[in-house]
Amino acid sequence: MATGRDDFVIAIRSAFLKKKDKQKFSLLTLIFLSIFVIVLSNFNFKAIQIIKLAINEIIYRSSYISSIPENKIRELIFEIDSHMDLYEINKKELIKIENNEQIKLLNNFLTIENKKLRDLLDESISSEEIFARVLIDKDSPYLKSIVLNKGTKDKVKLGMAVIDEVYLVGQIIEVNYTNSRALLLSDLNSKIPSVLEPDDIQAVVSGTGNDFGIIEHTQQDFEEDFKNKEIIAYTSGLGGLFKPGIPIGKIDNISEGKINFFSDFTQLNYVKIVSFKYGGDK
Amino acid sequence: MSSLNKSPFLRIFLSYIPLIILFFSVFNEFDFNYLKLDYFAFNFVHLLIFFWTLRNPDKLGYMSIFFAGIINDVVVGIPMGISSFCYLILCTVTAYIRNITLTPNFMKDWISLLFTILLINSIQVIILDLVFLIKVDYTNYLINSGFTFLFYPIFFLIFNFLNERISYQAND
Repeated sequence: MATGRDDFVIAIRSAFLKKKDKQKFSLLTLIFLSIFVIVLSNFNFKAIQIIKLAINEIIYRSSYISSIPENKIRELIFEIDSHMDLYEINKKELIKIENNEQIKLLNNFLTIENKKLRDLLDESISSEEIFARVLIDKDSPYLKSIVLNKGTKDKVKLGMAVIDEVYLVGQIIEVNYTNSRALLLSDLNSKIPSVLEPDDIQAVVSGTGNDFGIIEHTQQDFEEDFKNKEIIAYTSGLGGLFKPGIPIGKIDNISEGKINFFSDFTQLNYVKIVSFKYGGDK
Repeated sequence: MSSLNKSPFLRIFLSYIPLIILFFSVFNEFDFNYLKLDYFAFNFVHLLIFFWTLRNPDKLGYMSIFFAGIINDVVVGIPMGISSFCYLILCTVTAYIRNITLTPNFMKDWISLLFTILLINSIQVIILDLVFLIKVDYTNYLINSGFTFLFYPIFFLIFNFLNERISYQAND
């Protein structure tokens, strides 16, 4: 019995401490080193932040370069697919354009009227936009995020909205010198204060880790109503980070209470990083 | 053909293949962990590290595994050091198995892989969820562990073939 226990101890000790010819560090040293890194990454000292920024800069750029061939293949497949469907898409687009022209005229009038009224209340909203390219969109089951090629150098700050055309796709959660990371709406940790129209219900749109979101913090009665009509979720602006009215996604009869985001997060190439300022704010 | 087999470049290249695959899989955007398929994902890096540190540890150093973990954390966006820690736990298990076995047995390796994967995924979930308060999907982890275990025999055959080629080139 004692021999068996000794063997176990010897095998464990050997596993942790023994080094091969080419290895400079034992497993135990490296395990302690990784625990040290985990603990350090929890602190926000300036020196640690600078090291973290430098590591992020190097790795993001290297990852972007190593993913170029794969991204080119993906682009090529996407182009071939879109060529195949060109005729069908064109027919649908023509109908859409005709409808959009009519909506645009009405929208222009409403936008001008809205701006005038906001100016009267000293609640006008101005925005600053930074255009950014998506460097990495590595899909992961643990964190849905994208890395963008703009950072503190371009005045990107934490919490700024990330917008694809006019649709909200996420917000900035990490900023480095030349790049930044945005958390997508589909991530489990994403919570966006929103308003559900046409019923004007305040809610929170949460990510699920999948391609759709869910509505949280609304009463059960409202959720029953959602089943029979099309609901559009917009940002409510209550968090103070985003302006009200940025389209997020929609719930329709087919989606069974799930929010289908307007933007396709797998096809993001260029996005806008936007900060908003209210008229009263300095 | 025989001159090609004796090429020093080919010999060096073959011996670095496990390392190249490891760094390519952590750097690259393509990830078997997330294939956009419902209820299907597996951790290729875990399989790679498990096989090579068990069967031919000279081809995959602990230091490079540590750095691969750091890179993976940065690219995926989780706090630095977590993947390194998990990969090194995997290495500890394989080093222990190597120490207690005289003749390698596929079935024993396979079963040990299951326990190891469950252990390291549990550690990862505990660190992410309880320490860093990052919400994670437990189902994804469970599915990932299951498929990683099931896919081992396929990758065992591929890696074993590669390992034999490397040994053949080295001894030639």
